Amino acid sequence: MPRYSAFRIFAEGLRGNRGWTPTWRKAAPKPAYDVIVVGGGGHGLATAFYLAEVHGIRNVAVLERGLIGQGNTGRNTTIVRSNYLLPENNRFYEKSLQLWEGLEQSLGYNVMMSQRGVVNLFHNDAQRNAAMRRGNSMRLGGIDAELLDRDGVRAMCPLIDLDNGRYPVMGGLVQRRGGTARHDAVAWGFAHAADARGVDIIEHCEVTGMLIEDGAIQGVQTTRGEIRAPKIGLAVAGHTTTLTDMAGIQVPIETHLLQAFVSESLKPMIDCVVTFGAGHFYISQSDKGGLVFGGGLDGYNSYGSRGTLREAEHVFAAGVSMIPALGRLRALRSWAGVMDMTPDGSPYICKTPIHGLYMTAGWCYGGFKATPGSGWCHAWTIAHDEPHPLNAAFTLDRLRQGRALDERGNGPYPWMQ
Amino acid sequence: MRIPCPHCGPRDEIEFSFRGDASACRPTPGAGPDAFYDYVYTRTNPRGWTLEWWQHASGCRAWLQVRRHTVTHEIGAVTPAGPGA
Repeated sequence: MPRYSAFRIFAEGLRGNRGWTPTWRKAAPKPAYDVIVVGGGGHGLATAFYLAEVHGIRNVAVLERGLIGQGNTGRNTTIVRSNYLLPENNRFYEKSLQLWEGLEQSLGYNVMMSQRGVVNLFHNDAQRNAAMRRGNSMRLGGIDAELLDRDGVRAMCPLIDLDNGRYPVMGGLVQRRGGTARHDAVAWGFAHAADARGVDIIEHCEVTGMLIEDGAIQGVQTTRGEIRAPKIGLAVAGHTTTLTDMAGIQVPIETHLLQAFVSESLKPMIDCVVTFGAGHFYISQSDKGGLVFGGGLDGYNSYGSRGTLREAEHVFAAGVSMIPALGRLRALRSWAGVMDMTPDGSPYICKTPIHGLYMTAGWCYGGFKATPGSGWCHAWTIAHDEPHPLNAAFTLDRLRQGRALDERGNGPYPWMQ
Repeated sequence: MRIPCPHCGPRDEIEFSFRGDASACRPTPGAGPDAFYDYVYTRTNPRGWTLEWWQHASGCRAWLQVRRHTVTHEIGAVTPAGPGA
């Protein structure tokens, strides 16, 4: 296992950087494992890492149809936070944020975690009251939340147009422990640490079928042959239903698009994460200087991995309303992720009706911040064959039981969550 | 995307509002909780052709049943909503 340190960088510099080796092995599939994780994104790799690290289950394979980290892990806006209203959600996301805070030490890999603060702006009395309620709910759960007035917002991000004629800013709710992390490094870091603990990471291995006997999972068929395991965890985001269809079970998920954009590179101008309250828009600045921003869903089911101009126009309009200085910039790139949207906007980390088949799914457009928490809870659920109290509410049958976790109160419309 | 409205001709998607899955049919009032659960929550989520409701909200305001491909975004048959639709 290559170890990284300042000394190593110095020493390799003196040796012409010839000593660096790949950070994980390109494994070939074995005929059988104790656990197979389908999906080599952040959630799948984190599941494998925590299975090995916390539960001592090291005979694990992660199957990825392409290259690791090239699905939604590489298609997000890298924001990390735990500012939720419902106790079930804020407990889980707080666990995830705590894992983020120690992640670099756990993995031995720099994921460039930056707790630069996340501010949600509000523009009217009703939004202020909702922000106060959410902030109080967070504080009751032991999570940091702070209500800012206009001067507080101005101090955090002077570029915001507080006196916008149509949407004047009244204040904001800030979580100072929130921030951003480097998305690719998260996948690579989990791969690095999982591989070092014996996990096989198998790329270019697409699952094409499930082997199920007497209601229990036996293994999977893949483009690289049959691989058997008594326990299988799914972590495949927008493609969850493709796999659950193979297993013959139905899950309440629709697949939707979410776009994001990055501008040309600039000198530092926004040193926190800001979300607009009068339109769906959020922005931060990457360490390379590009402004990274996004909005809401395109609004209809799609597996297309590419957005349309309708939502792009809304995002740019909302951005320029909030920070007029953005009007001079050009967007350099845009991309879209394939989201597994649930009817109530909350995830599933749970057992399924097939014995031995587990899933972490339904992350809607908030999966990145959940990466370590999702992997941690999914690994627990796989290892113990029962959910941890932190993910006990994230079941597949909660909607049937009338226990929806609808953070926004939207009702059962995945495209509006 | 451009959706051919049967009343107004081909129009940009920006004029339309997505109104969800048109293959789900409301059960009869006495059908029981499982039938209503399926109606409200269960979706086939196809990677391919789907049948959807779209409303021409910024046009003639008609509700339309649209066949659309979820990977290519290609639009198939578009018919006005109505008895039998």
